[in-house]
Amino acid sequence: MNLFLDALNFMFDPANLTGANGILSRLVDHLWYTGLSMAVAVVIGIPLGLLVGHTGRGRNAVVAVSSAARALPTLGLIFLIILYTGLGVGPLIVVLVILAVPPLLAGAYSGLEAVNRSTIDAARAIGMTEWQILFKVEMPLAMPLIFGGIRSATLQVIATATIAGYVGLTGLGRFLIEGLALRDYKLALAGAILVIALALCVDTILALAQRLVIPHGVARGLTRHPDESAAPTPRQHGRVSPAPSNL
Amino acid sequence: MIEFHSVTKRFPDGTLAVEDFSLVLPSRKTTVFVGSSGCGKTTLLRMINRMIDPSSGSIEIDGVDIASGSAVALRRSIGYVMQNSGLLPHRRVIDNVATVPLLKGVKKVDAHTQAMELLDTVGLDRALAYRYPSQLSGGQQQRVGVARGLAVNPNILLMDEPFGAVDPIVRDDLQQELLRLQHDLDKTVVFVTHDIDEAFLLGDQVVILEKGAQIAQVGTPKEILANPASDFVASFIGADRGKRRLAVDSTVSRSGDDVVLVDGAGYVAGVIEAPGGVLPGAGAGVSTNSRARSVSNKTDQAGDA
Ligand SMILES: Nc1ncnc2c1ncn2[C@@H]1O[C@H](COP(=O)(O)OP(=O)(O)OP(=O)(O)O)[C@@H](O)[C@H]1O
Ligand SMILES: [Mg+2]
Repeated sequence: MNLFLDALNFMFDPANLTGANGILSRLVDHLWYTGLSMAVAVVIGIPLGLLVGHTGRGRNAVVAVSSAARALPTLGLIFLIILYTGLGVGPLIVVLVILAVPPLLAGAYSGLEAVNRSTIDAARAIGMTEWQILFKVEMPLAMPLIFGGIRSATLQVIATATIAGYVGLTGLGRFLIEGLALRDYKLALAGAILVIALALCVDTILALAQRLVIPHGVARGLTRHPDESAAPTPRQHGRVSPAPSNL
Repeated sequence: MIEFHSVTKRFPDGTLAVEDFSLVLPSRKTTVFVGSSGCGKTTLLRMINRMIDPSSGSIEIDGVDIASGSAVALRRSIGYVMQNSGLLPHRRVIDNVATVPLLKGVKKVDAHTQAMELLDTVGLDRALAYRYPSQLSGGQQQRVGVARGLAVNPNILLMDEPFGAVDPIVRDDLQQELLRLQHDLDKTVVFVTHDIDEAFLLGDQVVILEKGAQIAQVGTPKEILANPASDFVASFIGADRGKRRLAVDSTVSRSGDDVVLVDGAGYVAGVIEAPGGVLPGAGAGVSTNSRARSVSNKTDQAGDA
């Protein structure tokens, strides 16, 4: 308990807040690694996931590559890359992107797969082009799962960006690593708490953003017709409530 | 006018859904495809708006092969109404109705004004315009589906069992509404159902289909009822079981000037007006207890009062 109080003391000591090695500067670095990796991962993962979900092709390949990527040991991988490229932000970003892409992919393609086939069929039958179907029907309806993928990828990246401290970079993980190296456990604990707090804050912000992004009709869990509930569609997250009766 | 020329559809898995189908569907008339499940009705219908491409043969609309233009443009020019309304769940009713006009670049205000008018046309309260589809009853959703089908003011309206999933009373309502609409709007309607009574009610031309979309008989309801072309047709329309052949029942006491009619199996099918005990159109010598007349009737609506 003392250790915990010491950690809190450290965190709230104004002296530790600013400066080159202060909490704020490392927080900004941490956010920078996270934001950069997520930007790259979204650009790769979401379009690929949408492509797979819309066409229904290449699903098995994507699943195989994703689960392989998930199984890679992050720390081992980053050292391996550093052996080739030398130290720098590059290897860290590569590793974080590899980590973030699978949940983004899964969110995007399972989101599209969960959209009621007859809704898509109807959209096509009234004369929507394939792009219009993708952007005006499939994506809005898949948004809960797409966004779920973004949230879980972001959390993983925030947590894993801690390893930046191991490879000569900064970020909040630096406190953890310095603390462990110096056997200064309050410092290590403070680092851990900061990372957790950051993750919680970012997730809360994303949860609020999710409400804005997801269309009203979808937020109610209306991605399929009530009378088709007998035919189960893949659903991963519990966020979509059961379709209400329309009688 | 829609013409099928020797159209065959074989699905990739080998199913022969439509085999060598040829037919002319006259303009401004309602043609109904009727037949039991799996006989190829939906396949026929969806070939008209190129949701399915024929394996061989061709389809022409007003003399132009539909395969010659773009599928998207063709679909936007044809209204399509399906069984489960197919509304977009994330859009309000009004935006659902206005979907295609908006895609075609009609200004939002104009598209919405027109959508509101269409709600009137299909008998929906304008107050429902800002609801989501899930907040409507099944019958209301179908009406929205019809309104959306009419939104581009198409010459052709394709309807695939549009009233199949609503209860009989609402279905009755919707059928009457469609008859009224058709009377006012004069579209070329292609309607799919497996309910022969619905087919006879709505169809100017009724096409009874057997497996593989083989035409068992084409004709007006009257022609088919009067002369079933085969045992299959007779059985399909219920004529063989005496369901359609009605007779005056002499055992039931008369009330007022109505006489009770029974079908071949002895079930009460309805009543017929017979002022003073004389059947209309019958000679003076025909009394109400003769079995001389047969009257076609919608069997499932017997007893509607
Ligand atoms: N995409 C498809 N692939 C393979 N077979 C198909 C496909 N669509 C339809 N079929 C088959 O083609 C035949 C005709 O189907 P269709 O949907 O046209 O029947 P239908 O008359 O509309 O039946 P229902 O009244 O049940 O709707 C059926 O045997 C069906 O199984
Ligand atoms: Mg069908």
